[in-house]
Amino acid sequence: MTAPNTHRAIEAVWRIESAKLIAGLARIVGDVGLAEDLAQDALVTALERWPESGVPDNPGAWLMATGKNRAIDRLRRRKLLERKHEELGHELEAQQEMAVPDLDAALDDDIGDDLLRLMFTACHPVLSTEARVALTLRLLGGLTTEEIARAFLVPATTVAQRIVRAKRTLAEARVPFEVPRGSELAARLSSVLGVLYLVFNEGYSATAGDDWMRPALCEDALRLGRILAELAPEEPEVHGLVALMEIQASRSKARIGPSGEPILLLDQNRARWDQLLIRRGLAALARAEEQGGAFGPYALQAAIAACHARARTPGETDWTRIAALYDSLAQVAPSPIVELNRAVAISMAFGPEVGLERVDALMSEPTLENYHLLPAVRGDLLEKLDRFDEARAEFERAASLTRNARERQLLLERAVACEGNLRPEEQE
Amino acid sequence: MRCLGLLKADQETEAGVPPTPELMARMGEFMEEITKAGVLLATDGLHPSSKGKRVRLSKGEVTVTDGPFTESKELVASYALFDVKSMEEAVEWTRRFLEVLGEGECEIRPIFEPSDFGEEFTPEQREAEERQRAQMDAKAKR
Repeated sequence: MTAPNTHRAIEAVWRIESAKLIAGLARIVGDVGLAEDLAQDALVTALERWPESGVPDNPGAWLMATGKNRAIDRLRRRKLLERKHEELGHELEAQQEMAVPDLDAALDDDIGDDLLRLMFTACHPVLSTEARVALTLRLLGGLTTEEIARAFLVPATTVAQRIVRAKRTLAEARVPFEVPRGSELAARLSSVLGVLYLVFNEGYSATAGDDWMRPALCEDALRLGRILAELAPEEPEVHGLVALMEIQASRSKARIGPSGEPILLLDQNRARWDQLLIRRGLAALARAEEQGGAFGPYALQAAIAACHARARTPGETDWTRIAALYDSLAQVAPSPIVELNRAVAISMAFGPEVGLERVDALMSEPTLENYHLLPAVRGDLLEKLDRFDEARAEFERAASLTRNARERQLLLERAVACEGNLRPEEQE
Repeated sequence: MRCLGLLKADQETEAGVPPTPELMARMGEFMEEITKAGVLLATDGLHPSSKGKRVRLSKGEVTVTDGPFTESKELVASYALFDVKSMEEAVEWTRRFLEVLGEGECEIRPIFEPSDFGEEFTPEQREAEERQRAQMDAKAKR
């Protein structure tokens, strides 16, 4: 193999092994920042040696052994240092006792548990959301700082600082490298799921001219979600989130038109939906339900997405079921946006009058004051009820609120169409 | 990116020789590993070509040929659909798969994605797409 080829092969190995490597080393040294440094050292050694020696048969084990040796070196050095400090009678800082543990026994522990610990640590609540995202993509997704920066449209130095600061925060807060138990688990898991879904949505919101790193975030989030689902198979919401992401991803080819304009769900060409991802999504949803998690917020959103995925044409959509699922969602995860979606589902299931009542109830909701979809939905319902004059005003208001030029144009077209429908006595 | 990995058939797969229990066990472990890595989307083994058929349309005439087919180098024994970051990653997973198998040959082919068609569809494609959507709209309104 030529040198550049070996380098690319090493990159591929790194992509596969880095998270496991960092996770395994973090358990030994008890610090994810140090673990990442050790893993990077191992990678540098591989880059030096493999072009000559060839890639070893079991590259993961090779990297782990190399990282482990580095870890032992550092621990010994620290021990030496500690002894010197003691000899000098220095007050030791309240540093955790770093006895050199039985490393082999530690390494034989299930690597999956380490990955899980790493996910929980990277998404720890002492960190800001941005820091959790950056650390997760860096430590678990194997992305470089530059890749994360490109994907999130921020300077690389910003991401680098975020990561450095996040590692320092974890060390200073003495966050233990472990999977939380008992009552803490639910809140901590929801932080991990929140980070993955945020990464997914960032990728999903990418538009035509964007760097390919942005849509690739969907794949990164899905991959991490699938990994998590195998690490924590008894957690229903993990399967719920995976189901939601798989089904949303199944529509990625259908949701943007030829000139880059967004296409609404009901207007999408369903022949372009990815049936493989839909099947995977439905299977994940079934796993969530088997684990007794049919009513978690992610599982409910996935169940709603599944109703659309199962309908071969928009006319076949089971709106009654969707409305019922939104009822449940409004209970477990209440929000004005959920209420608005619920109103739409109710209008589809039971007619525009009932839907309009629900929407009218939201008109005084302060968080929706500048949300363009509220007047857009209201306009749509008014139009269906032949109240064209009011509908036109709502479409115009929606157009003035949206920041998407293409969407503004579509809303203004609908406003004009309403004008054409006005009966003579309604004309101004 | 998605890749399709195709394992080439050999005399044994074509003869329908089932894998040994040891191989089945090792393969099971590997499948678990690659599934846990979030990489494997789908995989299946294919019956020997003796159970297959070839359908051909040429100059307006359809011919159906029953298997087995002889040029076994071109035959496929199983497939796997990967979701990977790069072709190199697909190669690395395929290498590991073949290590488990002992020997064999795989072909890896990246699957077309919208970005492969450039920023814009060709005008013809766009027109076809618009037509299809207009038909859908008309159907929905009926």
